[in-house]
Amino acid sequence: MSEKEIKNLEALFDQRIARDEKIEPKDWMPEKYRKTHIRQISQHAHSEIVGMLPEGNWITRAPSMRRKVALLAKVQDEAGHGLYLYSACETLGISRDELFEQLHTGKAKYSSIFNYPTITWADIGAIGWLVDGAAIINQVPLCSTSYGPYARAMIRVCKEESFHQRQGYEIMMTLAGGSPEQKELAQDALNRWWWPSLMMLGPTDAESVHTEQSMKWKLKRKTNDELRQQFIDQTVPQADLIGLRIPDPDLKWNEETNHYDFGAIDWDEFWQVVKGHGPCNTERLSARIQAWEEGEWVRDAAVAYADKKEDKKLKKAI
Amino acid sequence: MDNSLYNYILGISDNTLILGQRLSELCGHGPNLETDIACTNIALDLLGQTRSYYQYVAKLSEGQSTEDDIAFLRTEREYKNILLVEQPNTNFGYVIIRQFFYDVFHLLLLRELQNSKDETLAAIAKKGIKEVSYHQRFSSDWVKRLGDGTKTSHNKIQEAVDDLWKFTDELFYLTEDDKSAVISGIGVDVSLLKSSYYQIVEEVLQEATLTIPELKWFRKGGKEGIHSEHMGYLLSDLQYMQRTYPNMKW
Repeated sequence: MSEKEIKNLEALFDQRIARDEKIEPKDWMPEKYRKTHIRQISQHAHSEIVGMLPEGNWITRAPSMRRKVALLAKVQDEAGHGLYLYSACETLGISRDELFEQLHTGKAKYSSIFNYPTITWADIGAIGWLVDGAAIINQVPLCSTSYGPYARAMIRVCKEESFHQRQGYEIMMTLAGGSPEQKELAQDALNRWWWPSLMMLGPTDAESVHTEQSMKWKLKRKTNDELRQQFIDQTVPQADLIGLRIPDPDLKWNEETNHYDFGAIDWDEFWQVVKGHGPCNTERLSARIQAWEEGEWVRDAAVAYADKKEDKKLKKAI
Repeated sequence: MDNSLYNYILGISDNTLILGQRLSELCGHGPNLETDIACTNIALDLLGQTRSYYQYVAKLSEGQSTEDDIAFLRTEREYKNILLVEQPNTNFGYVIIRQFFYDVFHLLLLRELQNSKDETLAAIAKKGIKEVSYHQRFSSDWVKRLGDGTKTSHNKIQEAVDDLWKFTDELFYLTEDDKSAVISGIGVDVSLLKSSYYQIVEEVLQEATLTIPELKWFRKGGKEGIHSEHMGYLLSDLQYMQRTYPNMKW
């Protein structure tokens, strides 16, 4: 295809996006669009799968039968989200095995928040409330993103995430309203998860390399800083309501802007965790790799068995 | 409270609790996403059934205990599950065989229990049949896939069959409380399920090209509260929060 023809196709493509039309797997798309979407959707899928680990850490130790079943169902939902997202990503011409390979070799990233440890039961509440809360703010705009399979997957994901967020907040509310020890567990979890949750909304706009292009493709509707402000404005009153204190001495309501002002985020910590030096980066990746390697004989057996069945069917037909 | 009925129900529901707990350990670590989701589904069904039984037992205790007291605050000797369900997740082959050996029994049990004179037990059983039919289909399919898949998978699952077979006979053992429940028309005489059980199990194993172990000596003890060394560690996790922070609401 000549350069001129490509330019023409690109112009038509941009017009379709501007008209809010969905791009479907068989439609022509610029190579960069395809690559960016593979990167983002797979990163999102990997986050769901890796995110199962810190929460899965508490299933066997959940404090009541009701909480155990709810947590198990929640972690299962994350696996389901992974499944829809990997499927959406596969429509862009990459296989699930290749995507796993990228995760296992460190080529693909996942959300850095999951490199923090869940050391008490209250962390399960904090993850639901804060991490899922931040995720929803990131994800709701994706329900109307330009790539059809991604947008449709996100509609299902967001419905379940908002349920998870309420569930997490309810755990925190119960703890905060419980014994002094329980309240301390809740406050301690908030102290540890607050800043990493703010970092989940991504680097500040000045440092964000993908924002401009992503806005154009409707992969983003608001900038990272706008989303972060939205998260803070939404979460601070929720903390107040259950009597927990946000661990930021500079946090203050600003009458003029109608938003909360907040303290400086430690971006060095953020980049250190992204680069692999967080408390659990090694553990999370090893757990994924181990599950994949230990499962190889099982997956091989399933393929071999299906082939044998197919052969038998063919022989019968002959 | 009727202690004998209480013990009879625990004899059923401790199996679903402990097997559900074992399967929960695997969540997020399965060989692929589909099996991960399926095993978690089974765990959710089993724990859901456990809750129905325990809530019923709590009601029978007239406010003396709650479902969580029953699940989390007994000593090891008071748990009445069979040895099979507490066996560890050695590898996916063991997970599948443990599941399969239990599912076949579980379905036969619930089909009888739905005719119990005790209406609550009959209702719980009736509801569980659909779920457990799915469990049995899932585990039987995987027994066949692994047995008749590759040489490696065949060897691994044969090893699991050989190792776990010794726990199957305990399924048909009746405690004194079980016998009383049978006499009163509430309980199922599990000894009568034995021939159907082995017929179904052996058919699937044969189709999976697996060898049926010839064993004369079987292990038992779980139903009387005498467990394997694995049990204490499982309970340490299960009971951790309730033991560390007693008398709190979660």
